[in-house]
Amino acid sequence: MSVFAFYLFAISVIAGGLFTVISRNPVHSVLWLILSFLSAAGLFVLLGAEFVAMLLVIVYVGAVAVLFLFVVMMLDIDFAELKAEMARYMPLALLIGLVILMQFVMAFGAWEANAAAEGLRAQAIPVDRHNTEALGMILYDQYFLLFQLAGLILLVAMIGAIVLTLRHRKDVKRQDVVAQMMRDPAKAMELKDVKSGQGL
Amino acid sequence: MSADLTLILPEIVLAVFAMLGLLGAVYTGKDALAPALVWATSALLVLVALWVGLAAPETHTGFGGMFIDDGFSRFAKVTLLLSAAAVLAMSEGYMSARGLLRFEYPILITLAVVGMMVMVSAGDLMSLYMGLELQSLALYVVASLRRDSIKSTEAGLKYFVLGALSSGLLLYGASLIYGYAGTTLFSGIIQTAQTGDVSLGMLFGLIFVISGLAFKVSAVPFHMWTPDVYEGAPTPITAFFATAPKVAAMGLFARVMHDAFGNAVGDWQQVVALISLLSMFLGAIAAIGQTNIKRLMAYSSIAHMGYALMGLASGTVFGVQAMLVYLAIYVTMNVGTFAFILMMERDGQPVVDVASLNMYSKREPGKALAMLVLLFSLAGVPPMLGFFGKLYVLRAAYEGGLAWLAIAGVVASVIGAFYYLRIVFYMYFGDENAEGLDGGKSPVLWGFLMASAVVMVLGIINMFGVEGAAAAAAASLVN
Amino acid sequence: MELTILFAPLVGAILCGFGWRVFGETAAMCIATGLLFLSALLSWVVFLSFDGTTETIQILRWIESGSLSTDWAIRLDRLTAIMLIVITTVSSLVHLYSFGYMDHDPQWKGGESYKPRFFAYLSFFTFAMLMLVTSNNLVQMFFGWEGVGVASYLLIGFYYRKPSANAAAIKAFVVNRVGDFGFSLGIFALFMLTDSIRFDDIFAAAPGLADTQLSFLWGEWNAANLIAILLFIGAMGKSAQLLLHTWLPDAMEGPTPVSALIHAATMVTAGVFLICRMSPIMEFAPEATMFITFIGATTAFFAATVGLVQTDIKRVIAYSTCSQLGYMFVAAGVGMYSAAMFHLLTHAFFKAMLFLGAGSVIHAMHHEQDMTNYGGLRKKIPYTFAAMMIGTLAITGVGIPLTHIGFAGFLSKDAIIESAYGAGSMYGFWMLVIAAAFTSFYSWRLIFLTFYGEARGDKHTHDHAHESPMVMLIPLGVLSLGAIFAGMVWYNSFFGHADQVGKFYGIPVAEAAADGAAHVEGAADSHGEAAATEEHATAEGGHGAAGEHHLAFAGKPGEGALYMGPDNHVLEDAHASPVWVKVSPFIAMLGGFLMALWFYIWNPTLPARLAENQRPLYLFLKNKWYFDELYDVVFVRPTKWIGRQLWKKGDGDVIDGTLNGVALGIVPFLTRLAGRAQSGYIFTYAFAMVIGIAVLITWMTLGGAN
Repeated sequence: MSVFAFYLFAISVIAGGLFTVISRNPVHSVLWLILSFLSAAGLFVLLGAEFVAMLLVIVYVGAVAVLFLFVVMMLDIDFAELKAEMARYMPLALLIGLVILMQFVMAFGAWEANAAAEGLRAQAIPVDRHNTEALGMILYDQYFLLFQLAGLILLVAMIGAIVLTLRHRKDVKRQDVVAQMMRDPAKAMELKDVKSGQGL
Repeated sequence: MSADLTLILPEIVLAVFAMLGLLGAVYTGKDALAPALVWATSALLVLVALWVGLAAPETHTGFGGMFIDDGFSRFAKVTLLLSAAAVLAMSEGYMSARGLLRFEYPILITLAVVGMMVMVSAGDLMSLYMGLELQSLALYVVASLRRDSIKSTEAGLKYFVLGALSSGLLLYGASLIYGYAGTTLFSGIIQTAQTGDVSLGMLFGLIFVISGLAFKVSAVPFHMWTPDVYEGAPTPITAFFATAPKVAAMGLFARVMHDAFGNAVGDWQQVVALISLLSMFLGAIAAIGQTNIKRLMAYSSIAHMGYALMGLASGTVFGVQAMLVYLAIYVTMNVGTFAFILMMERDGQPVVDVASLNMYSKREPGKALAMLVLLFSLAGVPPMLGFFGKLYVLRAAYEGGLAWLAIAGVVASVIGAFYYLRIVFYMYFGDENAEGLDGGKSPVLWGFLMASAVVMVLGIINMFGVEGAAAAAAASLVN
Repeated sequence: MELTILFAPLVGAILCGFGWRVFGETAAMCIATGLLFLSALLSWVVFLSFDGTTETIQILRWIESGSLSTDWAIRLDRLTAIMLIVITTVSSLVHLYSFGYMDHDPQWKGGESYKPRFFAYLSFFTFAMLMLVTSNNLVQMFFGWEGVGVASYLLIGFYYRKPSANAAAIKAFVVNRVGDFGFSLGIFALFMLTDSIRFDDIFAAAPGLADTQLSFLWGEWNAANLIAILLFIGAMGKSAQLLLHTWLPDAMEGPTPVSALIHAATMVTAGVFLICRMSPIMEFAPEATMFITFIGATTAFFAATVGLVQTDIKRVIAYSTCSQLGYMFVAAGVGMYSAAMFHLLTHAFFKAMLFLGAGSVIHAMHHEQDMTNYGGLRKKIPYTFAAMMIGTLAITGVGIPLTHIGFAGFLSKDAIIESAYGAGSMYGFWMLVIAAAFTSFYSWRLIFLTFYGEARGDKHTHDHAHESPMVMLIPLGVLSLGAIFAGMVWYNSFFGHADQVGKFYGIPVAEAAADGAAHVEGAADSHGEAAATEEHATAEGGHGAAGEHHLAFAGKPGEGALYMGPDNHVLEDAHASPVWVKVSPFIAMLGGFLMALWFYIWNPTLPARLAENQRPLYLFLKNKWYFDELYDVVFVRPTKWIGRQLWKKGDGDVIDGTLNGVALGIVPFLTRLAGRAQSGYIFTYAFAMVIGIAVLITWMTLGGAN
């Protein structure tokens, strides 16, 4: 059963990836990508890594892929024109792809996994603790440095996004939160007693 | 754990500084604070360089072997910290004058420097990638810092897309290596990668990793982004690209080759030699057609990276030493040259056309002479320090059994001398009537230019002790 | 002290050559001259106080490359000491003499400054020559060897406005290159076989060389013979021996003091010095020394015949130099190195004096050099006449036969002729005797044509002929002392009995072996006879004593300044040669003198008639045996043709063409190509990266398969 499930998910990951690349309609591409993510999540479940599987579904499928979908729908990109340009180089590209593929066939044909690698594969799933606990131990203990560096990278990404997009335009009125909050009813409002039929 | 943290204390200090600077600037004067922040960052980088440089000459590893603090990493760190500090100091005037100076700039540079420091200290494929990405991401942003310029934006975007591709290649290679070696630690990989006994899959992984690294040092054929990005980015940032990241990437290159594949020198030597050869020749030949001095410097840096790779290709301790010496000299030359380029302006606008240097010696004999020294040094004309750098790597290649590469290097340097000397020709014998440049008064830039030129002349005495430090650094890397 | 001797001329050359604008001309010249006199003084101190033991004084380390290790060092032994006094004495006198001779040189316009340059060159030459003779290894010697070549080139071409002077300078340089090529091959061979270029190591290894075979050109050779021949080829070039002699007469284009210093007294004797220095190798190379003897004897004869008919006063003396050098090589060739050095010493004195005297004559005659325009000058320039007379008496070898009294040349030349006979080289012996007759003839011819008879040529010039100033006459006086007494003073040291010679050179002597007894017996007998007839037998009492216990040289190679093998009995045999042999040079001299007297005093029309009668012979001699013409056809023209071909076709078309093609065609093409590849499109760049990966992977796969 699990073997069947493995091949099902594996094939759909590859198929999803393939169709993501070759679909003519970019919206279809994103949908194929979502299929690929979901199948990958299935593979994680098979490995016993439920937490990662759920993260994949929530973050990648729920957030990233949907964001992609919006961007693709909003941008007006003429894919046909890009494809035509790429088609000129297609024969050469195919040739090179073929060469690299053959090289890899040669390489993987002589696959000899290292003993250490085999050992790692045997104990992929920690049996004595929960998924989240295991992940936490790895992230905050063993790979503490990498975790912090990843945080720095995200910080840079954030700064970069702001630097490159934020513009202070003089001719636009902006909301000034502090000023808003500090407003005093006494200053902001003036009560006028308007006599009926008289006006100010 | 606390011992591990002590190990990365310089990095922590810089990262905390960056975050404090960010908070402080956001809540106070914002861009008005930028000049002060630039100078403060520059000063801090120099202090950290001194701190790292004067540390005890010992080797420590931390975080389960993912972070290595040894003589090699310290040499590379000092070089890149000092060059980053120099470039920052040079950029303040130029960017202020053109309204480019934003407070995020020094912060991004600081974070990039943290990334570089992690790169040269990496002891694991993952920390390698983290450092690389931290550095690259910050660089992508600063490349397109001039948002109102199409060229600058284009430069950033090209750099980003191609950088992403190269990161993909690198990661693919890393995963292949992990698959075959069963570990991402360099200390584990080296045990499985013995000369003549490396499986083809692992070699492919190695090649992909080399490709990713070659992109970062802009070696042929992964160099194509370099001229466009150098041209499009604001000049101070071009200067930064040409110095610190090159040192970091070469340091990382050497680190991976020797720490992870030091037992399989025969397997990667030919590949690195080929990349080196192509870089030297392409850098020399393509630069001839350039009229934009920033593009010219891009090709110049490609050629120079070819020479630095020649040292690495020799696969010996002396080769690494030669590479480090070459990098130190290269960085010094480029700081001076870019100080000069930053001073090239007419009516307050930056000028990058080589032809504008016609008869420059008439107007500015002092600066022209300093530039002449630097150009001679870049070309590798004997009395200057640049010649000894070349001599070093040529000797390393020859002693490493790569005589053909050394000969090719000499031929390429002859071709390359043409475009450097052409600038000298323009400056001293050019067209009298061509439109010239303004004075470009900047004491800081003038100081860097002169200091760099003086180093090129006086350095031939004992290279200011860099030789010995590089030898110690190389010895700590190669066992 | 040795360092002062060596470097004083260099300091002088630098100060004079570069500093004269600061000090002024006269001061600069005085500095150079003063430093040389200091050097000369110290040299005499060294020579007279030298005790015969070899010393090495290291100056600094020079070349360290693999097993090649060379120092700048002084090897001070008797050979060096002799050369030191010869070089510094003649050089300092020539410096002094040049004050007068170079004053108001008509080659230069008024106001031009040429004298400091001349003095700087002279001093530089002296330094290079000292470097040559003091070296303790072959490379340093080669440095000096080339240094004197450069100085010689500069000085021959000193009158650089004269095309003939430039041509002569180039000729001297090029011909010397041929010899230098042989010399350097010799050095390489020695280094290859002994792994050292230090004399001590080479000499220690010399006996082994005799048993070694060396493959060279087309065959296998005995290493010692081959090396000796190669070194001798170098010596032939420098010392103008037959086949490589053609540059020396042309070198007379230089100023006369130069001819005296370089082309008579010092540089040309470097070849002789080299052979003597390498005596440990020569002793193991019997075939090579036979060749040296043959070349030397033939040169002595050839140059003497050519000298008979030359009319240029300097050329006569130049050929005479060539001939005398031949004598020295014969002596070295037969193993009597000491005699070669003896003649080198005396020859330096009298030949320098002849040249300086000739210079004085030329100076007096307003730079007229053709002897047919002289005549009757002995009244006009009496001191010069006296000096030239002494020089002629010395060179022709006037002395009292069978005694040790005579002018310098008498003793040294006779020593060589006896040695040649003693060594059994009949060819050498007869050639030298005939050459001695010719020497006498042309020397007296020079005197008679110049100083006797009627005044010929330009009347005005003769009227204004005047004696030279004192600065020119003093050197003549000093040198004439040497020409008169040098032979008599040092006869015993150079050519006395074995124990004296051995003591002089620092060579150990031992009782002669039994099989040598017969020879020594004869020697003793002849000494006995000689002692009976000699007036100063008491002064040489050592002879009698030496005769009783027969001594032979017993040093190992490298011990002492010279090495003579255990079977080298030339010294004894020479002393034992019959009376007719000892008298023969004197008779030859007398014959030459009488012939000259007959031709130029008693019957002055005879030479012209004889030249008419024997026209082919006359032209043959006049044209120097047609050597120059032969070389022109055989070497110069084909070389020029090849050179032109290589220059126009090879260099111009092939090399320049290729380089220009690459620089102007291929490189710009590649530049354009690289520019086109830089399209600006991201996908092009990405494509390039992927292609790069594919290429690298393919290369790795193929490389891995190998």
